[in-house]
Amino acid sequence: MLHRAGKPPMFGDYEAQRHWQEITYNLPVHEWYFNTTDNNLNYWGLDYPPLTAYHSLLCGHVASLINPDWVELHTSQGFESSAHKLFMRATVLIADLLMYVPAVVLYCFYLSEGSNRKKVCLVLCILLYPGLILIDYGHFQYNSISLGLALWGVLGLGLGWDMLGSLAFVLAVNYKQMELYHSLPFFCYLLGKCFKQGMAGRGLFLLVKIAVTVLVTFTLCWLPFLTDPGQVLQVLHRLFPVGRGLFEDKVANTWCSLNVLIKIKTILSTDTQLYLSLAATLLAALPSSIKLLTKPTLWQFKLALVNSSLAFFLFSFQVHEKSILLPALPVCLLLGDLPLPAVWFLQASTFSMLPLFLKDGLFVPYAVTSSAFVFYSVYLLSALEHSSEEELQLKSLSLLPFLSQSPGQFYLSVAAMAGLSFMSVALAPPARLPDLFPLLVSVFSFLHFLGLLLYFNVVQIAEPPSPRRKNPKKTE
Amino acid sequence: MAASTADSWSWFPALALGVSFLKCLMINSYHSTDFEVHRNWLAITHSLPVSKWYHESTSEWTLDYPPLFAWFEYGLSHVAQHFDKKMLVVQNLGYASPATVLFQRLSVIATDVVFIYAVRECCRSVREEKGSKDLLVRPYFILAALLLWNYGLLIVDHIHFQYNGFLCGILLLSVARHLQGRHLEGAFLFAVLLNLKHIYLYIAPAYGIFLLRSYCFTKDNTDGSVRWSSLSLVRLIALGSIVISVCALSFGPFIAMGQLPQVLSRLFPFKRGLCHAYWAPNIWALYNVVDKALSVLGLRLKLLANLPKASMTGGLVQEFQHSVLPSVSPSATLICTLVSILPAVLSIWRCPRGARGFLRCLVVCALCSFMFGWHVHEKAILMAILPLSVLAVESREDAGIFLMLATTGHYSLFPLLFTATEMPTKVLLILLFTLYSFTSLKKLFRGFLLNTLEVTYLLGLIAVEIICEVVYPLLPWKQTLPFVTLLAKSVYCSLGVSYSFIRLYLSILRPTDKPKEL
Repeated sequence: MLHRAGKPPMFGDYEAQRHWQEITYNLPVHEWYFNTTDNNLNYWGLDYPPLTAYHSLLCGHVASLINPDWVELHTSQGFESSAHKLFMRATVLIADLLMYVPAVVLYCFYLSEGSNRKKVCLVLCILLYPGLILIDYGHFQYNSISLGLALWGVLGLGLGWDMLGSLAFVLAVNYKQMELYHSLPFFCYLLGKCFKQGMAGRGLFLLVKIAVTVLVTFTLCWLPFLTDPGQVLQVLHRLFPVGRGLFEDKVANTWCSLNVLIKIKTILSTDTQLYLSLAATLLAALPSSIKLLTKPTLWQFKLALVNSSLAFFLFSFQVHEKSILLPALPVCLLLGDLPLPAVWFLQASTFSMLPLFLKDGLFVPYAVTSSAFVFYSVYLLSALEHSSEEELQLKSLSLLPFLSQSPGQFYLSVAAMAGLSFMSVALAPPARLPDLFPLLVSVFSFLHFLGLLLYFNVVQIAEPPSPRRKNPKKTE
Repeated sequence: MAASTADSWSWFPALALGVSFLKCLMINSYHSTDFEVHRNWLAITHSLPVSKWYHESTSEWTLDYPPLFAWFEYGLSHVAQHFDKKMLVVQNLGYASPATVLFQRLSVIATDVVFIYAVRECCRSVREEKGSKDLLVRPYFILAALLLWNYGLLIVDHIHFQYNGFLCGILLLSVARHLQGRHLEGAFLFAVLLNLKHIYLYIAPAYGIFLLRSYCFTKDNTDGSVRWSSLSLVRLIALGSIVISVCALSFGPFIAMGQLPQVLSRLFPFKRGLCHAYWAPNIWALYNVVDKALSVLGLRLKLLANLPKASMTGGLVQEFQHSVLPSVSPSATLICTLVSILPAVLSIWRCPRGARGFLRCLVVCALCSFMFGWHVHEKAILMAILPLSVLAVESREDAGIFLMLATTGHYSLFPLLFTATEMPTKVLLILLFTLYSFTSLKKLFRGFLLNTLEVTYLLGLIAVEIICEVVYPLLPWKQTLPFVTLLAKSVYCSLGVSYSFIRLYLSILRPTDKPKEL
């Protein structure tokens, strides 16, 4: 049920994608990332890796077959018509159906446990996740491709096909550089697996195979740019703009929330900010990575994906609110195992993007999809029934007593989110604090993210070193 | 699934909420002139005194529903004024601010609660065989899904904009009450329905004959014929007083003001043409095509001199004359309709099969009115499809007829949404609904429900759609004969609808061996 009709017009990213089709279709490869007379980098310049550019090229070819006006160099800027909107939406839908949906279906049927009916419910709930739907179809992006490729990577590793998994993940990174948030767990998992198989024999062989796969894939993706080191540098410069500050706008991570109390953006210099965020990110991601290195199982891998990407989101440099989709994907994978915390996180992640949705005029779709998601995931996955201490994997720790009232707290939290959402759209903020509501939204989400980061880390690290834990018997 | 024992109905709110969420997502999609019609009626009933309601004609969309519906709009208008006062000004023709759209759409979604309640009552009255344990194969679950998520209702109510969910909800509730044996309530609900939309007059004979035969005559002779002596005057008078009092409540104020002729003239405007701009897939569509074919043939073969070039689809409601075959007048269609419902109605008089026989007769009457009526809208097929769903989950043969009728009928609604943005939605939804109805009914009755010919016909619908949407625009005839696609769709669908009509009629005329129940 991924169709959505009648969304309001989107500017911004919609025009950016159309512009990239125009640029890649009309200009030669070596001009794509450079500032030339034909390509003004200040007007939605390309800032994603080469695979995005190739995808735009493909779409540009299809577009020119249907109506050349859509990708005419220079004259097509700001072009908008209902046929064009239909075309652009169709490209997102096709990408979704080809890349993301099959990965989700295969994951639920091969890598999760339970009856067939439970697996179908799981597929429905994952596909119903509002954040991805709203960003891809409302705000307009192609996250389903990069997230889908990453999911194919997880599938590959989960089924034991390490090389295919690494190939898929490298493609994901080459589609959107934010996928690097997931790179640490992939690296640690594969390295840990090699260590387990013994570095003197099969382990070393595996390591070499994976390394070769990664290098070859990178080379193939960057082939047109490898002729000239200046090209490579320019592309990297576009991908990682280190000139910008610690954060922009309101985002639900540590630095923005800290900024409310201490104005760190102005106190520290840009370089110090860079080093501070680097240190904090690595520190936050370290425990889970080390645990994964020592115990490379699928369960640990999934948890490490969550912990690592969430750590990166909370402490990294120049994080955008849309990056919450990166931790959201692995949390979707945990919907079958830890339903209540997963639903809680996913709802908080959608809520954290509320200011963005309001700017795009997407309040009604946001309200409807969030309500539908919470209702159906609680109903279909019996989330609130599986919230005992044992099932929340907290048996070995009694130092988190407050979680025993989880269902009540969950409802309270969702009610607060609903309340804040309505206030944001219905009330005008006081004149002295024009950013009051976005700030409240991001701080509220931040507290949730921090708490859930701690929780997921505890679950991952406190897992006893006995054989792989079995899911508690699910009553069907 | 979550705690779904045989008696737990927790899945029902899940289904109902799900479709309501879907409806909310359709708030900003295309809406037709019916949106303006209802806005105009809100304005008329709110701003003008009652005596002017049926005289007002600033807008071309005059009030042409019975008074109870006008009172319903009046009630809605009191809520509307909190959304946007300007929509209630009669002179604001075509006013459609975002608040107006939001209010109107939400009013449809909110009044659908009547439909949801009616579906629940129907599900409770459904008979099922013992033995099936799985929830998804239970008849009442399938019925709930087929009704709540009915494609036709979603498209017509929540995109095209009408209040059919509310009205069909009252109809289904009345049917459910009869199935449960609560006949007085059923009669009351039908009287209310008649006063909300008078198109339901077409199925009034089914109600009348059924109630007279099975409710007023309390006993039958051993051979099944009516025992005249068992007429219960009490019941007859009760029924009569219910109907008369409801009509009095509705029309009373207008009779008192002496406006009855004016109201009736608004309710029954016979100035419009035999067919709508898009021909509903009924008998007259086939009649028109045969007439046109014969005239073209006649000209080619020089059998006829030059004939007036009949323009049959120009404009919205133009009259036209047929060239070769005799022209059809409103009274001719009325006679045809009455003649067609006579056998069905007589059969439940002579051999009543209880409430289910009544339901079958109701569907047949609705289909007769669709096939032979004057200026029929293609939306009217819903009046037949929805009650047929109840029969479809109980009998194998009815399930087969339902699949044919529903698929064809739903496809015939396609031209209602002609914008490019609605194309993915309507295609996806119809595919989902059709696939679900086929697989669920097949699982319920454990076997194929349609023969090869029927399946070929239904697959032909896909071919027709592709030809009309993709192939034809590329051909050079598109400029000179632009209506050919609509014509083709209408004629092709009328074949399917006629076929289902004949099969359903035969099923009511066939004598059954089932024991009589009330």
